[in-house]
Amino acid sequence: MADAAAAGGGAGHDEDVTRRDFLYIATGAFGVVGTAIALWPFVDSMNPSADTLALSTIEVDISGVEEGQSITVKWRGKPVFIRRRTQDEISEAESVALTELPDPQADEDRVQKAEWLIMVGVCTHLGCIPLGQKASDKKGDFGGWFCPCHGSHYDTSGRIRKGPAPENLPVPQYTFLDDTTVRIG
Amino acid sequence: MSNGNGQSGLVKWIDERLPVFTFMQHELNDYPTPKNLSYWWNFGSLAGFVLVVMIVTGIMLAMNYTPHVDYAFDSVERIMRDVNYGWLLRYIHMNGGSMFFIVVYIHIFRGLYYGSYKSPRELLWMLGVIILILMMATAFMGYVLPWGQMSFWGATVITNLFSAIPLIGEDVVTWLWGGFAVENPTLNRFYSLHYLFPFLIVGVVVLHMVALHTTKSNNPLGIDAKGPQDTIPFHPYYTMKDYFGIGVFLIFFAGFVFFAPNFFGEPDNYIEADPLVTPPHIVPEWYFLPYYAILRAFTEDYFLYVPISWLMSAKLAGVIAMFGSIFVLFALPWLDTSPVRSARFRPIYKQFFWLFLINCFILGVVGAKAPDDQVFTWFEGFQYVHLGQITTAYYFFHFLILFPLLGKLERPKPIPKSISEPVLPGGGTVAAGAAAKPMEKA
Repeated sequence: MADAAAAGGGAGHDEDVTRRDFLYIATGAFGVVGTAIALWPFVDSMNPSADTLALSTIEVDISGVEEGQSITVKWRGKPVFIRRRTQDEISEAESVALTELPDPQADEDRVQKAEWLIMVGVCTHLGCIPLGQKASDKKGDFGGWFCPCHGSHYDTSGRIRKGPAPENLPVPQYTFLDDTTVRIG
Repeated sequence: MSNGNGQSGLVKWIDERLPVFTFMQHELNDYPTPKNLSYWWNFGSLAGFVLVVMIVTGIMLAMNYTPHVDYAFDSVERIMRDVNYGWLLRYIHMNGGSMFFIVVYIHIFRGLYYGSYKSPRELLWMLGVIILILMMATAFMGYVLPWGQMSFWGATVITNLFSAIPLIGEDVVTWLWGGFAVENPTLNRFYSLHYLFPFLIVGVVVLHMVALHTTKSNNPLGIDAKGPQDTIPFHPYYTMKDYFGIGVFLIFFAGFVFFAPNFFGEPDNYIEADPLVTPPHIVPEWYFLPYYAILRAFTEDYFLYVPISWLMSAKLAGVIAMFGSIFVLFALPWLDTSPVRSARFRPIYKQFFWLFLINCFILGVVGAKAPDDQVFTWFEGFQYVHLGQITTAYYFFHFLILFPLLGKLERPKPIPKSISEPVLPGGGTVAAGAAAKPMEKA
């Protein structure tokens, strides 16, 4: 830089070079930041749109579900499992020691009413739908759900017990509006 | 109209302003090509031919396809039944995808055998790997468009791979989907990108060609051409050879299109996508099977994952290994430490090359099977997931350990002084008795 200043007109002109450098870098930086900001709308346009987000709550009538039965409802394009658990299933889910679980979570943290297990029926491995909703389905080694794609076994609380899935079946936000209606989302 | 060069006045007028004719004369006619290329060198131009076929049939299909979850499946069936020659266009496009991968895989293994990735062709090779990655993305998105069960569940499983990324994984997946599951926004964007990517491929193919014509073609001996006596002009020698190859290839291609159009397909894809029912057995298209096997080789309870289990989840390890199995190709020019290109002069590498090829086929078989199935009926307890672990380990062993070591340990056979030397006494220089003596086998 000193050489350039000297060639540009002798000593005492270092200031000119510094200012030019500053302007050059500042302009460049401004351009880069500006381009990055201008890019954001393009990236964000691929995120869920307002109408997709607007479809994100549903109300479900669960009055017709008997003990030991399950229903599947579609929420945000995904199946939600709603199971009215039997007393055996509840006590089995509650009796498991947390140390035995790959993703430790107590049964009471996964339900609002012990009778009703509500969770997103999407395997946490790679997104297949586990079997176990129908009485005739294979339910896996722990009597809950079984994912046929890569062999993950879930228990009666929807917790992962065996296989490649890393996490329990997720519990969505939901509220009981009354005894027979639940709002999901 | 003609001038001295056999060019018409108009051609000359254009060429002085935009030298397209000079360019074509240089690159397609005169382009000096090693005279010893075998038929394994047909597959580059063949891949270019298939790319054109795919783009042309794809453009025609796009005129009749509807990218909407309610109409996509039906619009494909309409193409099959009502559109004039729609069945032909679709079957060409559908089987063309498989043909493209057959041709490109042969082209890649040709490069592996004859060391075509070595100096000075590193960038040529790396551009080829980029083309492969773009092809895979294009094929994956194209397979989603008919909106059958395999389309939908393939898309679900593959996009879910990105959820393995720590911290931002879930957000990335939502962004890819444009929703909370594979739905209409996903189908729309895949259609848009499936149309775009082939043209990106064309762009990279042009760069691949520029790099090729700068470093010139490799050849079965893997040595440089020493002068004009080692080369022949591209036209008519290799244009004719390429045309003949295209003819043979078209017989093979047409055999599938007309007699076994669904040979490479999955019957489940003729069932319309149902987000609430997963088919019992999800398999990707055949050309993805080896990578799928590598993905599934990493499970909590087996040896491959144990050394890295403190670092990451098995899911992330599988995803990294799957992408790594392709990205390792970028490093190959530097992993291979042998200065000898052609496996013809590398007696040990040659054997490992075939072992690697067999290993890739086994990975493909593993990818097609359910992990818990028994490999042999007579050998209890040996499941496909175990075979997948062994073959995955070998895949990476081959690249990361064998290539660097072999270059140092192997003693290559003597290399001929020139391309002409093995067939012409005196290397074909000057008269060299070219006409006087019959050719001798080296």
